[in-house]
Amino acid sequence: MRYAVPEIDQIVELVRLASCELPSDVLAALRRSRGDAVGSAASTIEDILSNCAIAAGRSVPMCQDTGLPSFFVSGPGLDYVDRIALVDRCRQAVAVGVKSGLLRPNAVDVVSGVNTGDGTGFGIPQIHFDDPPAGSPAAPLRIDLLLKGGGSENVGRQYSLPEDLAGTGRDMDGVRACVIDAVVRAQGFGCAPGILGVCVGGDRSSGAVCAKRQLLRRLDGDRGPFHDFEDSLLDAINSLGIGPMGLGGSPTALGVAVAVMARHPACFFVSISYGCWATRRRAMVAGPDGSCVYE
Amino acid sequence: MDSPEPRKLDVPCTRQDTAALRNGDRILLSGRIVTGRDMVHRRLAAGAWEDRDGLLRDSFIYHCGPVVVPDGDGFRVVSAGPTTSMRDEPYQAAVIERYGLRGVIGKGGMGDATSGALVRASGVYLSATGGAGAALAASVVEVVDVHFLCEFGVPEAMWVLLVKDFPAIVTMDSTGRSVHRSVLEESRMAAARLSRRD
Repeated sequence: MRYAVPEIDQIVELVRLASCELPSDVLAALRRSRGDAVGSAASTIEDILSNCAIAAGRSVPMCQDTGLPSFFVSGPGLDYVDRIALVDRCRQAVAVGVKSGLLRPNAVDVVSGVNTGDGTGFGIPQIHFDDPPAGSPAAPLRIDLLLKGGGSENVGRQYSLPEDLAGTGRDMDGVRACVIDAVVRAQGFGCAPGILGVCVGGDRSSGAVCAKRQLLRRLDGDRGPFHDFEDSLLDAINSLGIGPMGLGGSPTALGVAVAVMARHPACFFVSISYGCWATRRRAMVAGPDGSCVYE
Repeated sequence: MDSPEPRKLDVPCTRQDTAALRNGDRILLSGRIVTGRDMVHRRLAAGAWEDRDGLLRDSFIYHCGPVVVPDGDGFRVVSAGPTTSMRDEPYQAAVIERYGLRGVIGKGGMGDATSGALVRASGVYLSATGGAGAALAASVVEVVDVHFLCEFGVPEAMWVLLVKDFPAIVTMDSTGRSVHRSVLEESRMAAARLSRRD
């Protein structure tokens, strides 16, 4: 099945939704966390919630760091869409988003330090195409967009077990120690309460992408096979006392999402992507006739 | 660390004004401030810019790279929350001393060198809520001016902003105490307890 390439304005609407309206499950988790928060933690959570209402109401970016836009495209199989045209339209949609104040221009030339000004550059935005394995059930064309700020990106980490940490054998206890270490190092720098995307296995590059991809999972969605592990890890993180923006108290995290990939016998990577509280993800699901629905 | 009512702080302010503040005090800051992040701090720490209009003297520098749109002859800020302050740690003490700042606004806190400079200046570090860019932009009354826009681009430029009742909380005060240092130490101990339990 071959899909029409979504129009630029349809992708701009995806950008607007992602930048201005926090997903309902993240909002719900923030609201629930009010029960545990006292003192500065409580006032920070209130600031965050009122900010989200202002951003959605005025259609302005909830956070000035609109991040490095990452598009994840999936569909029914190879050649389901004209990829070259879709890449071009995603780039144009980012430039339109910058011009209309939905995105900040976040592409800087590494050597000269010059900002390209339109939010695009070599490798920005990122566009990942995921082909389902042969024999997968029919799927529509789906574009997930993740806007993740630089502060949270900077506190992501990758470990190669065994590490020099207590309890870091090549097993799930080791994985747990790595995630706790990453959260302690992150303190408030990644805008806690965060969401931890974790990938165990893979190599350095595939593990990092897989960890980031876990941030696309809804906090109230289908729970994977690591459901108990995720819950116990979340409880442990929330006992650390780092709190919203690292000012102490609770909550320190809103969710943990773990995935695994096969590993080379010599390697045991634990890749961690830190999503700030403003984990801005939205999806568009396109129909073959050119229509689309936003999630 | 919770004070019932926020305290008003108007800038420019005196050494006594900031010396009276303590960690946990909630602040509503009004007056003229400037933004600056990595590139501005590097330039300022090197003394490669002269503050002819006294923009920084007795005021605050805000670690922020706003979303800004053109508005008539000028600009309008649509989202302006804090960025991670720690990246400016190598430069901050020099900038505070050279330009006579009363303090810094950002997120995540800063290190011992900045803390020392704040103690010497009787200054404070204010934490604004990270990610709350839309709400904080509502406190920006006017974009007064901008420096380094062409050279550094929108996020890294030095925006001169007039703010009214900008909300923040004192997390590093002029006595040298730091909420960030305490939380780091306590969370490290909590993590060590977790690993012993395993």
